[in-house]
Amino acid sequence: MPLIRFEKISRRYQMGAETIHALREVSLAIERGEYVAIMGPSGSGKSTLMNLVGCLDTPSSGQYELNGVLVSQMDDNQLAEIRNEEIGFIFQTFNLLPRSDALRNVELPLIYCGVPAEQRRQIALEALQHVGLSDRIHHKPNELSGGQRQRVAVARALVNRPSILLADEPTGNLDTKTGMEILGLFDNLWEHGNTIILVTHEEDVARHARRIIRLRDGLIAGDERQAGLQRRAAEEQTASATVPSP
Amino acid sequence: MNVLTELKEGLGISWGAIRANKMRSVLTTLGIVIGIVTVTLMASAIQGLDRAFLKNISFIGTDVLYVSRFNWFIDSEEEWRKVQKRRPITAAQARALEKHLTLARAVVPEVDAGLPIYYKKRRSDSVRVVGTTDQFVYTSSTAVALGRFLSPLEAEGGRPVCVIGSEVATNLFRREPPLGNRVRIGGQSFEVIGVLEKQGRFLGLVSLDNQVIIPLKQFMMAFWSNPDCQIRVKVAELAQLDDAKEEVRSAMRVVRRLAPKDPDDFAINQQDQFVKMFHKLGGTIAAVGLFVTGLSLFVGGIGIMNIMFVSVAERTREIGIRKAIGAKRRTILLQFLIEAACICLMGGTLALGLAWLLILVVQKFLPAALSPSIVGLALLVSLVTGVVSGFLPAWRAALMNPVDALRNE
Repeated sequence: MPLIRFEKISRRYQMGAETIHALREVSLAIERGEYVAIMGPSGSGKSTLMNLVGCLDTPSSGQYELNGVLVSQMDDNQLAEIRNEEIGFIFQTFNLLPRSDALRNVELPLIYCGVPAEQRRQIALEALQHVGLSDRIHHKPNELSGGQRQRVAVARALVNRPSILLADEPTGNLDTKTGMEILGLFDNLWEHGNTIILVTHEEDVARHARRIIRLRDGLIAGDERQAGLQRRAAEEQTASATVPSP
Repeated sequence: MNVLTELKEGLGISWGAIRANKMRSVLTTLGIVIGIVTVTLMASAIQGLDRAFLKNISFIGTDVLYVSRFNWFIDSEEEWRKVQKRRPITAAQARALEKHLTLARAVVPEVDAGLPIYYKKRRSDSVRVVGTTDQFVYTSSTAVALGRFLSPLEAEGGRPVCVIGSEVATNLFRREPPLGNRVRIGGQSFEVIGVLEKQGRFLGLVSLDNQVIIPLKQFMMAFWSNPDCQIRVKVAELAQLDDAKEEVRSAMRVVRRLAPKDPDDFAINQQDQFVKMFHKLGGTIAAVGLFVTGLSLFVGGIGIMNIMFVSVAERTREIGIRKAIGAKRRTILLQFLIEAACICLMGGTLALGLAWLLILVVQKFLPAALSPSIVGLALLVSLVTGVVSGFLPAWRAALMNPVDALRNE
């Protein structure tokens, strides 16, 4: 059974009198443990696809099964629960809460699934340690560098042990070196069994993944699997970051 | 996540939000502060008036029934004309009534007239001259400050003695002691044997100290041979007030020789009537006051609603993040409701402090007090205002689509 199964998924938006077809009957399957990059020019539907995979949005038609559960018909609150338990988001702009310190940001998903305070703190501390930020736990986001912020975001995404790590242009706001570090962290996470879906428009970034899905005009234009690529680069970068095993 | 944790988290988040916008929170609170100060002052004034009134009418006595020709409160002109035809209650009827009653401690006839009083060249006008018996002292809250009250012998025998109110005493006797001196009432001379304690004014209007008490016999001999009496009946047990009232009624019917089908041609009055009348009036005052305070709270509430809309709008992205991470609608709703409630509660607390200071000042002129029930009311009202005015903005936040919210810059 695939982890993600899209069955003729369409997503249409109404813009005034015009209907925009962001996705047209897309079917695809992603297995557990895959490292997938979703590529395409802007307007190709990759953000829509990511929102649908991440249960932030629901399809206009078609079926989406996540982990064997049909999520395309769920209501807002059920989707919130699925997002909390199954999906770890990593955004281009980090999306940390500006007034909360790193620890508090990482604790957030645990708060929403009702982990008691003491235990919550313990788990969040461990997650921050795994991304190498043990000495920054009480720093606010604006006191951290871009790379550190994205590490906090990664720790937050991992803290509930989700089925999928969903990253939307995770290196878009970082310089090349820091971006490589974050991608190295991803490689390491993947090697430890995490499923990663990466949305990007950069070939260099996409090459870290084992499978590249290309979108154009709301349709899948290509789906290639790569073998052995980037292994060397991944090993280079992970020297500094240790990563939790799932 | 259970509701208690949600409340706790919500409180933490709101506190952070309020602290992050100190100036704005304070300004928003101002509207609520004014509203709650009004509520508190209004409620304190009403409570104070209530207490003052009850204290004021306590001289009537909760356990004393007043049998008289007229009802104290006459509702219509028609009724007025009807009761005018009633026969007067005579002193003999009062004595007869006493023999029929078993639940009374004292039965006291009382007649009064407004007359001037002279002492040497001094004169005190429109003094209430009361003719009664020695038992009067049991039915009245007045105590004798100086000298003594009428003795049974004096009441029966009709020796010309009098007990004067404190106001009469100060008016007539500047330097001399009043006791033992003689005052003239309507040409008759009376020896002062006692001075009553100061009682103050009834409802702040009528002085209760401008009176002179003389034996009923004297009163009838000197001024009015066949007067219309009022009979005070002091009940032995307050718990039996209603039974006693019924006893008085049937006894009076016998004394007045009424046929079974005749209506009562007398009235039995009691303090309760004043209380009821006052509560009717107090209800109107409270309703008007409530409307005024409601208006100012409404304005304050709109301020809260406005600022909560701003708060929701500028935190759209935060809402998006929270939703993406797994916050449910209820969680977001609660977060903003708690924020609004916190702002209002802070305003309420501040307002109570202010009101407390104001009441300290007001107390110098009017009876007012900040009671625990008012404090509770003020806090409750501010909480409710917060929740009500925060609901719409919070609801908008809760319904936000996470994709749009995250895209918000």
